[in-house]
Amino acid sequence: MQRPTSSLAMLALLAPAVLMVGLLFVYPLGMSLTYAFHNELTGGWDLGNFSKAFALYGGDIALTAGVTVLSTALVGVLSIAIAGYLTLGENQRAVAILGWIYRWPLFIPFVVAAQLMRTFLAKNGMLNNTLMSLGLVDPLNAVSLLDWRGVVITFVWKQLPFATLLICGAMAAMDRSMIESARGLGAGRLRALLEIVLPQVQATVWVALILSFVTMLSALSVPMMVIAGSPTMLTVDMAWRVNSYGDYGVANALGFVSFTMSGVAAWFYLRQGLRDGRPPK
Amino acid sequence: MTLTHFRFPAFLGTVLRGLLIGLLAVAIFGPLLNMLIWTVTEAWYYPAKLPVRWGFAFWDKVFRPEAGAMRALSTSLVIALLTVVLSLAVAIPAGYALSKRHLPLRSLFLLFFLLPQAFPTVAVHLNIARMFYGLGLTGTIWGVMLVHAIQGLVLAIWIASAAFAAIGQEQVEAARNLGASPLRAFMTVSLPLAAPGLMASAIFVFLISLDEFSGTFFVGVPNIQTLPLTMLNAAMEGNYQIASITALLLLVPSTLFMLFVERFLKADVLASVGK
Repeated sequence: MQRPTSSLAMLALLAPAVLMVGLLFVYPLGMSLTYAFHNELTGGWDLGNFSKAFALYGGDIALTAGVTVLSTALVGVLSIAIAGYLTLGENQRAVAILGWIYRWPLFIPFVVAAQLMRTFLAKNGMLNNTLMSLGLVDPLNAVSLLDWRGVVITFVWKQLPFATLLICGAMAAMDRSMIESARGLGAGRLRALLEIVLPQVQATVWVALILSFVTMLSALSVPMMVIAGSPTMLTVDMAWRVNSYGDYGVANALGFVSFTMSGVAAWFYLRQGLRDGRPPK
Repeated sequence: MTLTHFRFPAFLGTVLRGLLIGLLAVAIFGPLLNMLIWTVTEAWYYPAKLPVRWGFAFWDKVFRPEAGAMRALSTSLVIALLTVVLSLAVAIPAGYALSKRHLPLRSLFLLFFLLPQAFPTVAVHLNIARMFYGLGLTGTIWGVMLVHAIQGLVLAIWIASAAFAAIGQEQVEAARNLGASPLRAFMTVSLPLAAPGLMASAIFVFLISLDEFSGTFFVGVPNIQTLPLTMLNAAMEGNYQIASITALLLLVPSTLFMLFVERFLKADVLASVGK
């Protein structure tokens, strides 16, 4: 016997959560979008904050876009490779070891990841020390990686397990018979991965990459701790504008730019879904 | 020969596989090992490859009451617990409603709750700080808790909804047919059955709050010092030992979680998250 609970009661149960997200997220988000166009000197509305933001932080905008796109691409390639091996690998011991290793950074906080890399990638850090001991790097040529490269390394290190876990889950839920028959017909594992497995888990891959992309765009602690000096990323610039100058206009204009970047990513995702002839999951 | 047709000779494949897995292990554990070494380093001068003096001297400094780390730890824990209570109080009813597939506009609500995860947060956080300043909430535990709860809410709601959806309807129907009121059926049947999933979402929210950085950075200043902010200060002052020991403290709950989560989060719940 079906007892449909009244829709009104259901909406009442949802109300506190809706109210909370509305007041504490949507409202400040709207504030951010509005104040980006507000000129605090004249009290009017114009693009002044944007011209100032691009003039002062144009390089940082480009760096932020570059770092997040590059990190997302690396996360994509590596997570597909790892998830693919975990799904198609035939050596059980190697699969078990890989499955145990890749997860570790998943539950490590971003702040801790930033601190780990800050010491690991420094000029006198463990990475350079090890490479020197192995004779791979000349002590005179050792460089600190604490710039955009350090941020890319930290992002990939931290986000890789998350994307791999999602993609691996989708691959595990696939019907294996098609893989088996393709393998039986002589397809190599790489070919099975690229031509049979990947098209079926495409939607999950996109979700994992977009969530990673937005997470990286939001990270304040990583560029703050890993990049020594300038150029740096937009989140650090926003914090700086507000804490040092009380300049919410330019900070919100920079925020607008970062919303646009995540918007472009979401648009790619939707377009991908439309091209496949079905809505993305 | 195209790339997809290429195959390695068997022994080369074995060597390559070992090499790649080894490389990944070094990439993942190298930074962690490096941090562990720093926590027991007393002195490490260039160009020494390893510390020149080992010991626990800096642990004393971190755990001394005047160092502030212990106070930051307790602040972090209090905020995390309050965040869990608030998030679950809001997420349990919402998750229960969303677990009903006949709920009107259901997918629209699911998308709405996803918003805090879909936008880069820093610009939002600095406007929340501005808003809270007018309300007298900046620099208070309550203000920081609210910011953390917003970040944790998505996961709490989605997991709660999945946990309720994974319960069979038969038992609830049986209780209702025996005359239990909807509230009673919920309290005695649905809630206990969903408890492991709700426990998992509580743990997730707890960890999100413990690790949250940018919200605390904007809303908490100058009074609220959580463990992540203490770590940032130590790192910025160039004190690698204190920063590493603080980082290790932050790792303890996450590692415990990793060991226990699979007990609470069953596969059937995970499979219906977001559906």
